[in-house]
Amino acid sequence: MNLLRRKFIKTATFVGAAVTVGTGVLVPQRAIGAYMAAAFEAKDVNGALSAAMGTDQHSASDSIKLKAPDIAENGAVVPVTVSASMDNVDAISIIAASNASPLTSTYQLSAACEPFVSTRIKMGKTADVIAVIKADGKLYSATKEVKVTIGGCGG
Amino acid sequence: MASIKIRAKAKDGITTVKTLMSHPMETGLRKDSKTGEKIPAHHITEVTAEHNGNVVMTANWGGAISKNPYLSFKFKGGAAGEMIKITWVDNMGKGDTAEAAIK
Repeated sequence: MNLLRRKFIKTATFVGAAVTVGTGVLVPQRAIGAYMAAAFEAKDVNGALSAAMGTDQHSASDSIKLKAPDIAENGAVVPVTVSASMDNVDAISIIAASNASPLTSTYQLSAACEPFVSTRIKMGKTADVIAVIKADGKLYSATKEVKVTIGGCGG
Repeated sequence: MASIKIRAKAKDGITTVKTLMSHPMETGLRKDSKTGEKIPAHHITEVTAEHNGNVVMTANWGGAISKNPYLSFKFKGGAAGEMIKITWVDNMGKGDTAEAAIK
C-alpha cells in the first residue's frame, strides 16, 4: 500500500510539473521570470519543441501557410510569415533548423488572436524554416527551405 | 525614448497590428572584429501586446530575431480609437512600453 502511495505521489508530482509547464505555454499572462530560456538553449529542433510547445510530436499540415523567401541574400534579415486556417490555435513557434539554437521565437495567442504572425529572423546558413502551430493541444507544422547566401548569426 | 512604433488598423472586425522596435538583438555568438572578443548577448526576450488591458499575444524571443525587430499579428475585435499597448523586456532587464490608438 505504502509503495503504491509513493508511486502515486511520484507520478502526481511529475504530472504536476508537466501541467505547470503546459500552462506556461497556454496562459499568456505569465510572469516575466517564466521566460522559456530552456527552449532557446536547446540545440536541436526536437529539444526546442519539447521545451517550447510541450512535445516534439508534430504532423505536417496543409492548413498552415508559411511564407518565407526561396533565397535570402542576407541571413540576418529573413522575413517569415505564418498563418493558418485552423481554430483554437494557442501557440506558434518559428524554427530555423540549422541555427545554433533552432528556436527563433514562440508566440502565445489568446482566444481573440487570429492564427497569424509575421516577423524577421536570422539564419546562420541554408536550412529549413519550420512553423509549428499548437491547436487543440496537438502540433502541426509546415516546412520551407530557405537558401542563405550570407549567414547572419555568428561572425 | 520611444523605441517602439505601432500601427494598428481595424478592418472587417479584425485588427492588424504592426510594430517595429529598435534594439540591437545581439545573439551572443558574434565577435567584435577589432578585439576578437565575443559581444555579449543582448536581445529582447518577451513582447506583450495588450488591447483594452487584456493580453492578446505574448512573444518569447531568442537572439535569432533580426536587429530592430518587426512583428505583426492580428486579432478579432478592436475598433478605431481603442488603445493597443506593446511592452518589451530584454535579457538585461531593460524594457519599454508604448501605446497607440487603432485606426
